[in-house]
Amino acid sequence: MNWKRALLSTALIGAPLVALLTYGMTRDPHSIPSPLPGRDAPVFTRAVFAPGADSVLRLPVGDSVRLAAHRGEIVVVNFWASWCLACRDEHLDLSQTASAFAQKGVHFYGLLYNDQEKNGLRWISDMGGQAYPALSDPGARTAIDYGLYGVPETFVVDQRGLVARKFIGPVNALQLSALLDSLLVANQDSTRVGPANIPPDAGVTRPVVPAAADAAKP
Amino acid sequence: MRPISRGRGLLRRGLLVGVLVFVPRLHAAQSATTPATPAAATAQSVIVPPLPGVNLEFDARVKRIASRLRCPVCQGESIQDSPAELSTQMKTLVREQLANGKTETEVLDYFVAKYGQWILLEPRAEGINLLVYWLPVLFLVLGAGGLWLVVRKWTRVRPMPVASPTLQGMEATPVAVVVSE
Amino acid sequence: MTRILGLASIWIALVMSVYGIIAAVIGLTRKRPAFVVGGMQAVYVNFALLTLSTAAMVYALVTHDFSVGYVAQVGSRSTPVFYTVISLWGALEGSILFWGWVLAMYSAVVVWTNRKRAGDLVPWAAVALMTVCLFFCILMVGPANPWGLVSPTPADGPGPNPLLQNHILMAVHPPLLYLGYVGMTVPFAFAVGALLSGEIQSDDWIRLTRRWTLSAWAFLSLAIVAGMWWSYEVLGWGGYWAWDPVENASFMPWLTATAFLHSAMVQERRGMLKLWNVNLIVSTFLLTMLGTFLTRSGIISSVHAFTTGTIGYYFLGFITLCIVVSLVLVAGNSEKLRSDGQLDSAASRETVFLFNNLFLTGFTFVVVLGTLFPLVAEAFKGVKVTVGAPFFNKMTIPICVALLFLMGVGPALPWKAASREQLRTVFILPGSVAVLIATLALALGMRDGYGIAAFAFAGFALVCNLREYAIGTRARMRAHGEALPVAFVRLVGANRRRYGGFLAHIGIITIAAGVTASSSFRFEREATLKPGQIMPVKGDLSVRLKTLWGKDEPQRQVVGADVEILRGGTVVGMLDPRMNFYRSQDQPVPTPAVRSRPTGDVYINLMAFTPDGQSATLRVILEPFVPWIWFGGLVVAFGAVVSAWPSARRAARRVEYTAPQRATARPSPVSGTSFPGAAMPMTQASGLPPSLPSNPA
Repeated sequence: MNWKRALLSTALIGAPLVALLTYGMTRDPHSIPSPLPGRDAPVFTRAVFAPGADSVLRLPVGDSVRLAAHRGEIVVVNFWASWCLACRDEHLDLSQTASAFAQKGVHFYGLLYNDQEKNGLRWISDMGGQAYPALSDPGARTAIDYGLYGVPETFVVDQRGLVARKFIGPVNALQLSALLDSLLVANQDSTRVGPANIPPDAGVTRPVVPAAADAAKP
Repeated sequence: MRPISRGRGLLRRGLLVGVLVFVPRLHAAQSATTPATPAAATAQSVIVPPLPGVNLEFDARVKRIASRLRCPVCQGESIQDSPAELSTQMKTLVREQLANGKTETEVLDYFVAKYGQWILLEPRAEGINLLVYWLPVLFLVLGAGGLWLVVRKWTRVRPMPVASPTLQGMEATPVAVVVSE
Repeated sequence: MTRILGLASIWIALVMSVYGIIAAVIGLTRKRPAFVVGGMQAVYVNFALLTLSTAAMVYALVTHDFSVGYVAQVGSRSTPVFYTVISLWGALEGSILFWGWVLAMYSAVVVWTNRKRAGDLVPWAAVALMTVCLFFCILMVGPANPWGLVSPTPADGPGPNPLLQNHILMAVHPPLLYLGYVGMTVPFAFAVGALLSGEIQSDDWIRLTRRWTLSAWAFLSLAIVAGMWWSYEVLGWGGYWAWDPVENASFMPWLTATAFLHSAMVQERRGMLKLWNVNLIVSTFLLTMLGTFLTRSGIISSVHAFTTGTIGYYFLGFITLCIVVSLVLVAGNSEKLRSDGQLDSAASRETVFLFNNLFLTGFTFVVVLGTLFPLVAEAFKGVKVTVGAPFFNKMTIPICVALLFLMGVGPALPWKAASREQLRTVFILPGSVAVLIATLALALGMRDGYGIAAFAFAGFALVCNLREYAIGTRARMRAHGEALPVAFVRLVGANRRRYGGFLAHIGIITIAAGVTASSSFRFEREATLKPGQIMPVKGDLSVRLKTLWGKDEPQRQVVGADVEILRGGTVVGMLDPRMNFYRSQDQPVPTPAVRSRPTGDVYINLMAFTPDGQSATLRVILEPFVPWIWFGGLVVAFGAVVSAWPSARRAARRVEYTAPQRATARPSPVSGTSFPGAAMPMTQASGLPPSLPSNPA
């Protein structure tokens, strides 16, 4: 029994393989890093189909919203669908945050993804209304432009038109508020944070993993 | 493991075999752009691509590109094969971009700029990805070379055919013998 | 009650496994036969207990006992009984139970069939088997417990995944897969047993292992083809292989097992490649564990992936244990496995087998690398990449073409050496056929080099293999004056391993031809039709949408389209692609409709429809020669059965004589006796009449 050979082969062959597999256990294959944070937010022009309840944020149905026109202001773009269950989880948070920040010049828009407008309207009324307007996205052009691969996804565009952060999954009001506050403050201080300074995955937020293996489902 | 939020989970499960339930929208995606107002038309869709089946050579180009793009909501299918709604929409976008003069590389680059390298079904042959292409080649080349050397060593000419170790003690015969069980 | 029974059985099986391992190890290391026997009895008890638990689970499923966790997960009152029963393996926990049961069954059979065998090999192998079984028992009482209590008891359940309710092959593919996959544990156990008992230096264990590998391989081959067929008929994209990680997981051990089946023959004949063969056996088992780990740990997303939890960590731990034990045992004993290599000539079947192994392991390497590379890229560069079908196709098609070629050369070349004259005789006909086919392919407009090569080599290999049958039969007819059918049957009967192997080759060639044809000549067309409208597809083939209908079934609503297939205007067939809306699912599950003929399939998918039933979008795909793939799979399995079929008189060895090949040779009978534990030299020159005095050992 050649123990030296045994040890050597275990170290050279076995160890790297096991190390790789162990590393794999720490990664989530379903979350894809997005190249968008830190870059210019893809511009879009989309029509309103649900006006929104908040007095500041509301827009008439049929109006066109141009992202490019919002330079100098923060815009929160939320992709959602009526058939998406997790979108229900975040709806209240989004709506309340939208109202809270409306006075500070932050715009919220919901972009309907692969759904019919009438379903969207029904969903909004089922959920008790929505503070911000909902836009339609025929052909999912804007969704593809934003690299969407699931709903809900939320993008925060800062005052310079760059994507500050992408939220994957239902948005947490606290996180969103904190981000918006920091962006507003940063703008006031005029501190420059260029795209080059932002590490690749910094602008992506993933759902927080609860302690239990199975997330509690409402 | 991180649980996927339910909406995304359902999306993933369902859209693997997702279906376009609403025909008008399918058709809308194939025909000219569908903005409600002229202002919503994107600058790219100036030239309308031919409908599928009209220009076979164009279709072949589309198919080639679509076969290299991964459906974001499926499990490893290409947008060419996948019936999911997003896949069809991406394919329509490919058609439009091709019709408007983009090259294959530009179209692929566009999707990579949006989704990252992950959207390509085959990793670009650069950087660390070269490993996945060249290691097998190395394996086979070195293996074949090694095998050739080994066969040469093993067939080093001996005057008589040598009995294999298990034949020792038995009547050695150079003649073919069939033994069946 | 059922729950308690089922859970208790597993706990007792766990304890029995521990007892069995400890008792057998003590008995083997301290030379106490009684302990060894006692330890091995545990194998039988385990089998009984796991059978009990599995039967209890089936009972619980069928009686809708929703207090049982697994039943609450996959059971439903509206699911038909058939699908309820097969949901036993539909989700993670049930599949682990099923795995444990199959493993226990294999262990019991191994111990029983070898109960009269002397030596330490089988006891050590039983220890190895019991260790794996112990792991699965631990899983079953831990993270993958199917017998959890659900309280309060729900009234109904969500039913199995709709994708698993759509097709009868779901009853066939998983059991076959488990029989094949789990079956690869047995050769591994034998290898471990041989290494620990010292029998590794004789060649008897190789023969024992080879037969078990062959039977597991046959099941695995069938399972893979059944899986291809299922995904073809169910998933709707008209393809049968997507290089999904789970497909790769089942394929990798198949490749190394195939390599082993060939190189084992070299070891039996020449005593060479001992270390290599042990490595192949061990790798096959490790790949099965790796494959299972990949699909159940969630580290790689896949179509097949079961729900993830902590089970991944358990598998990781067990794989680490297996890797370490295997490496230590094999590397530690590698000196004992050294054998001097000797070949008579480079132009011999042995050399072909060496290259066969090279290509098969190269193939395995490509698949393993491709499957694991996303992890590597992420570990070192932090980027997520996809390694998908285009990569695998690009890298493996050349290897497949080379293997097709070898599949012809191997049977044609004799063992030991072939002269130049022989080479010419043997290859002239197949070579001409290959050239003919290539020319034909070019004339038909094929421009894809690999496709043409594939067809040409398929023809080449087919002729080579058929030729072996022809020559053998003709020689027998001449030698014994038997009629052709009799000669043929007796030929195969006397040489099952050889001719069974050739038949398996023919099966693979058929599959290769089907795959090449359906990839090269596939045609697809899509259109939206109103009822009564006709869509021209290709040539004189067209389809007409007759009606769109809807139906309510207990677990789902079905929307279907009746589509007529027309050739030249006359109706030649009818298909009904559907969409199934399950109550538990948001998105519908489409079921394509397929019309199969030997020349190919017409494959129709219902893509979309309007709720008023006034129009439907159909996708029609023409897939030439796809049924050859399924048929080829059956031929492969049949060939393996023929090859493995034990002859009536196991001890007896029939000896056949052949006339001398070379001038220096002299005919002399070689007695049928063999040294215990030594392998018989087995060689055959082709093309010469065998004669047949029997010489029972």
